[in-house]
Amino acid sequence: MNVPPKPNSYRTGPDDRGRFGIYGGRFVAETLMPLILDLEKAYAEARQDSAFAKEMTGYLTHYVGRPSPLYFAERLTDHFGGAKIYLKREELNHTGSHKVNNVLGQILLARRMGKKRIIAETGAGQHGVATATLCARFGLECVVYMGAVDVARQAPNVFRMKMLGAEVVPVQSGARTLKDAMNEALRDWVTNVGNTFYCIGTVAGPHPYPGMVRDFQSVIGDETRSQMHEAEGRLPDSLIACVGGGSNAIGLFHPFLDDPTVEIYGVEAAGHGLTKLHAASIAGGRAGVLHGNRTYLLMDDDGQIQEGHSISAGLDYPGIGPEHSWLNDIGRVKYLSATDDEAVAAFQLLSKIEGIIPALESAHALAKVADLAPTKPRDHLMVVNLSGRGDKDVPQVAEILGTKL
Amino acid sequence: MSTRLDTRFADLAREGRAGLVTYVMAGDPDRETARAILKALPGAGADVIEFGMPFTDPMADGPAIQAAGLRALSGGQTLKKTLEDIAWFRSGDQTTPIVLMGYYNPIYIYGVDRFLDDAKAAGIDGLIVVDLPPEEDAELCLPALKAGLNFIRLATPTTDDKRLPTVLTNTSGFVYYVSITGITGMATPNFDRTAEAVARIKRHTSLPVAVGFGVKNADHAAAVARGADAVVVGSALVDAVKASLDQDGKGSARTAQAVADIVGSLASGVRGARRAAE
Repeated sequence: MNVPPKPNSYRTGPDDRGRFGIYGGRFVAETLMPLILDLEKAYAEARQDSAFAKEMTGYLTHYVGRPSPLYFAERLTDHFGGAKIYLKREELNHTGSHKVNNVLGQILLARRMGKKRIIAETGAGQHGVATATLCARFGLECVVYMGAVDVARQAPNVFRMKMLGAEVVPVQSGARTLKDAMNEALRDWVTNVGNTFYCIGTVAGPHPYPGMVRDFQSVIGDETRSQMHEAEGRLPDSLIACVGGGSNAIGLFHPFLDDPTVEIYGVEAAGHGLTKLHAASIAGGRAGVLHGNRTYLLMDDDGQIQEGHSISAGLDYPGIGPEHSWLNDIGRVKYLSATDDEAVAAFQLLSKIEGIIPALESAHALAKVADLAPTKPRDHLMVVNLSGRGDKDVPQVAEILGTKL
Repeated sequence: MSTRLDTRFADLAREGRAGLVTYVMAGDPDRETARAILKALPGAGADVIEFGMPFTDPMADGPAIQAAGLRALSGGQTLKKTLEDIAWFRSGDQTTPIVLMGYYNPIYIYGVDRFLDDAKAAGIDGLIVVDLPPEEDAELCLPALKAGLNFIRLATPTTDDKRLPTVLTNTSGFVYYVSITGITGMATPNFDRTAEAVARIKRHTSLPVAVGFGVKNADHAAAVARGADAVVVGSALVDAVKASLDQDGKGSARTAQAVADIVGSLASGVRGARRAAE
């Protein structure tokens, strides 16, 4: 149910220079520019090609398992005693998160472009697992860069990637987390420009990635629209999703940006608190240039990038997708933040009350539902994006709760 | 308007030899030692100096330059200090061209207009900003040209004949040809192909062409110098800094001399190249 954007729409970006307002752009080394221009052209052609859309829909249905359900969380609703809460069940996708939607699109595009080698960066490992999975499915070489710290704290996902035939490269530079994995993937791409496709995991990086990844993820919001219509006969009143780079969030939000009655909330990771260690780029950062785009970033007064901190390895990136930066500045989306402790509490609550163990990333969105839902009337329809499942986080949460497995 | 870079390349052409462009990182391994290195470079044989602006996330650099940047940052180097270091150097040397090289974010945060004013006042001649392709010229390149600074662009093996005019349009001072697809300090280039690439670029521009990435010793430098107007060496010098550090990882009295020694060796390679080829 793709609604074409109207004039004066919030949905027309990026412009032909890859900008959302002042954000976005193409800040990359010259070696990469010809590739980025090729990719832009290939994607523009693919999105006009009905055969590409048909191929994509086929795999989304039969391989990924879409549409994902829009589930009325009755017990959670009763618990908060306010808004009627629906969960968009992206955690039921093959590989356990929304990441697969985007990876499928990019891998099909890479195949069209004749690329045989795929590289990716990953934080929590969900994007790496999704990429390794689709490379296995299509017989492509797969190299995943992952910060050495994340390799240690996300061991189950590392093993899964290896089972799927991917090479996982632990990155030892910098703080050895997602930011450094992205640097290393860019270095690989600069070195192996001829045969390699860089599959970026979020709505960041040089144009056309932010818009392209958003388009692939917008299936989340498109489905939500029609599912909510079927369930309640109208639009939802509010949407909530966690934001690291922000791909699951923009995927849910984008199809609703031009519906003025729909309140939209993104939730950043406040870590130990916004005055301490955190990964809230909008709440605690400012506009800068990194990894090919201008966007809100965590940095010091000299423009040196700082590390983000979050309990969730998927949210501790020191930046955010450029479209989010723009949506923040124009006020269309309200960005909140949730601390590590709030996320762990929400993780436990959903597990106990609905029998669904959420990813720690998604638990940040749920943490703000706890604030917002009780303030809303009973007929308020709230959709929470359950972007991933929490199996990968069980050992970490056990440790936090003092349980020895 | 003739800039220090124009004058220097014109002099080199008159001498009938290629130039040596040396890259060192500001503030590496500490500010005092980095200044001593800077001061020693012209005497050791550097014709043009590239001064690196340290950045936390240098996405086109290899491990040697990444590490150098982190050493400098952990020692408290800032962009303001880097500009002051150049002003200090300029007070004793009015002729050696200095080009600042790095990434855009520290400049963006410093403020483009303020940066250009301060860079000009410090005696900087040109800028190389790795993550600003021609598509982003409005950010810094055009204001820099207006302020009278050269903006040196990288051309690479992926820059084909169709794209070259785009890359060359707002380039001045010289063209920096990156001899490999890859990061600094890693693969050694194929020197025949490098010479072909220089010839190809020269069909599009009258600017001097300097070649860098992967040049590690005097023999490499001589091989590149036969076909190029200048040879750029960075990682090898930064490695010399690292190798000279004491047990606590601090710069020592030997550091500047160690860099000067390798620059001397590279310079003799560059200067002997054309004679050897005749």
